[in-house]
Amino acid sequence: MSSEPTPAGMNYLNFPKGIKSWLCTLDHKRIGIMYLLFICISFALGGLFALALRLEHLNPGPLLFTAKQYNQLFTLHGAIMVFLFIVPSIPASLGNFILPLMLGAKDVAFPRLNLASLYIYVIGACFCVYSMIAGAADTGWTFYTPYSSTTDTSVISMTLGAFILGFSSIFTGINFLVTIHKLRAPGMKWFRMPLFVWALYATSIIQILATPVLGITLLLLILERSIGVGIFNPALGGDPVLFQHFFWFYSHPAVYIMILPAMGVISELVTTFSKKDIFGYKSIAFSSISIAIISFLVWGHHLFVSGQSDFADMLFSLLTFLVGIPSGIKVFNWIATMYKGSISFETPFLYFLSFLALFCIGGFTGIMLGSLSLDVYFHDTYFVVAHFHYVMMGGVVMAFLGGLHYWWPKMFGKMYSEFWGKIACAFIFVGFNMVFFTQFILGAKGMPRRYFNYLDQYQPLHAFSTYGSWVLGVGFLIMGFYLIDSLVNGKKASDNPWGGTTLEWTTQSPPIAENFLETPHVTQGPYERGKVAH
Amino acid sequence: MNTTSIINESLMGKGSFWFPAARTSLAPHTDQLYYWILWASIASFIGLFMVVVYFLWKYKYSPTNKVASKQIIDNIPLEIAWTVIPSLICLVIFYAGYIGFLHISLPPSNATEIHVVARKWMWQFDYPSGIKSIGELVVPVNEPIKLIMTSEDVVHSLYIPNFRIKRDVIPNRYSRVWFNANAIGNYQIFCAEFCGDGHSAMLGSVRVVSKEDYQKWQKEQNSGADLPLDVLGEKVYNSKGCNTCHSIDGSPKTGPTWKGLWGSNHKMSDGKMVVADENYIKESILDPKAKVVAGFQPVMPTFAGLLSEREINGIIEYLKKLK
Repeated sequence: MSSEPTPAGMNYLNFPKGIKSWLCTLDHKRIGIMYLLFICISFALGGLFALALRLEHLNPGPLLFTAKQYNQLFTLHGAIMVFLFIVPSIPASLGNFILPLMLGAKDVAFPRLNLASLYIYVIGACFCVYSMIAGAADTGWTFYTPYSSTTDTSVISMTLGAFILGFSSIFTGINFLVTIHKLRAPGMKWFRMPLFVWALYATSIIQILATPVLGITLLLLILERSIGVGIFNPALGGDPVLFQHFFWFYSHPAVYIMILPAMGVISELVTTFSKKDIFGYKSIAFSSISIAIISFLVWGHHLFVSGQSDFADMLFSLLTFLVGIPSGIKVFNWIATMYKGSISFETPFLYFLSFLALFCIGGFTGIMLGSLSLDVYFHDTYFVVAHFHYVMMGGVVMAFLGGLHYWWPKMFGKMYSEFWGKIACAFIFVGFNMVFFTQFILGAKGMPRRYFNYLDQYQPLHAFSTYGSWVLGVGFLIMGFYLIDSLVNGKKASDNPWGGTTLEWTTQSPPIAENFLETPHVTQGPYERGKVAH
Repeated sequence: MNTTSIINESLMGKGSFWFPAARTSLAPHTDQLYYWILWASIASFIGLFMVVVYFLWKYKYSPTNKVASKQIIDNIPLEIAWTVIPSLICLVIFYAGYIGFLHISLPPSNATEIHVVARKWMWQFDYPSGIKSIGELVVPVNEPIKLIMTSEDVVHSLYIPNFRIKRDVIPNRYSRVWFNANAIGNYQIFCAEFCGDGHSAMLGSVRVVSKEDYQKWQKEQNSGADLPLDVLGEKVYNSKGCNTCHSIDGSPKTGPTWKGLWGSNHKMSDGKMVVADENYIKESILDPKAKVVAGFQPVMPTFAGLLSEREINGIIEYLKKLK
């Protein structure tokens, strides 16, 4: 943190000045902004790969790529989107920026650890980029053995990248956990914390407990590939299904690392734009925590056809239904929040509505996949691809975009074009459904995933899905333009443009380096209205 | 012919809007569960969004509705209702899925056992009578068939959409799956677990035939020593999976067509021109990656050890006929 106080009229963006002051900053806001930049670059890269993959499927037969290149592309798309974009997306960028502000704190508990997590992220990303250049891995982001133990592509650098990125994730988790415990403003009791904070708390628990398992697993895979220790490869006396258990023991909870912060953002959006206190505060807060706990007990639902025992299949199916309940509770509470409110339809709220619709579809299809006999049919088909894109992109990305538009004025002190914001949201919503709803039908018709080529009968559906990807791409292009434009030409944002009630809206936009001129004293719940002007 | 109707399907065939036609006794149960959840989901979705749209319309910001008219933040009976009711519905769905799964995964004790070996990128079937077929699984209609499967390299997954079954095929382990096909016809086999460059070319088919035809087929397979070479070649083409990737009508599939192949000049992926003669054909069967025709993926597995010298000669003679 800068030793001298911020002069009047200056803010965290322009004081202190210089590239070094950014690279060595300990300010959570600057770290959040840098994370945001890298995350957006990763998203753009992963998105370009996705467009290329869809283009390849315009017609059956080779169009742009060879089978191997196609396999490398979908691996890169998955690995980049999961490890470089979606896991850090909301916590590391929006969370880093907003969490201390929401708590009324000056910074996170360990500012240096925070900066370290950013640099570790960059180092991890470098390994992934290196892997791209040096014969990109073609294993899928799941790295299933023994394929990954035997392929001649650069699996080691990619897994090492994911291994390193795990530490970045763990550091952020530890930092948030301690910050939430120790740095709440005077008077902010546990049940006076905003729900975004509860969501980040639950996320941090999973990050700290689950990520090491992924690290160990990937390290074992690296050992197997490099010095031939037989753990997963049957040719060396290993067990390939063991890898699948280890991998999903992290990667299923990781799904909740992604969706929990998104749910936190959604809670903020619905209360602010309905001008109404949240409905069922404790239900939403506790459902976050229960999701965090149950999420550790459902990994086996990725292995229903992999040869675990029928008894294990039964248990994992039952627990999978259980983990769906808290998500349902949240949806009901968000809808009830709008009751007797005063709802305004600004861009962030449109993303809330998009989230609600898409996440529900993701949830309903999740119930189908959780039922054992149906999963036998749908497993590893486009139905699964569509399902997790509805949850990951329709859920997490919509919430991320909603949060980005919601806090953009706070982050940069500028308003973006509301008109173009709505247009872009419409393109993204329509394009998304064109791409992925089609894939539910493809999957139900039996189209397996990760197929370079496909039977002629699937062509019309594949082509329609590809057209949708262009609509989606246009939406993101528009968004890129008006967001960058707002930094230069945007109207100056007021301190509280949406009428939010949480503490970040009580300080100036953009905030000063110390966040608040005076430490806030909290005397009421996070969403209580009456004392807030709008 | 027996009483079962003959259905001529081009592998997957026509089905409903969602599914390919169901062709086992158990498949309709899976479909039923799907439709049940689908309609329940559609009803819930419409119900929820009718409420949402009503709220959006009724409580939208307007000069007369500038602030929330009432700050309602809790309703315990409501919270209990929307926790308990979905939980109960989920329990019912869980149970239905579990029962269906038990039927799918427990084969009857009188099932005919056929061994399946998967390797990059082909399916090989070993029948109790000592017959071996590649790419095509031939089974009698209305009889339970149990597949005992293992892989020689990486994880594969046997997937037959018309039968609604799928099971991973794992190296160093045996997995099993069973079905009882109830209609004569040809059905698609996919590999569903990613296994490398030839993953999407690792196709196969199930040919369900009448009991009489099954007997006949077995007899035919066991003979062959006395067949003329070109007839033997045609038989090998159909029974050892060549037809999965090579057409005989001139259309390109995963591999080049066999029509007009013999004696023609072919451009290879390294730019060299090669004449398709006896030596080239034999090399392409035993070491397919040695020379790959330009525009095609190097995904053909070797057939070394799977074809006899006479069968290879048969293919060569058969090719000569496909002008």
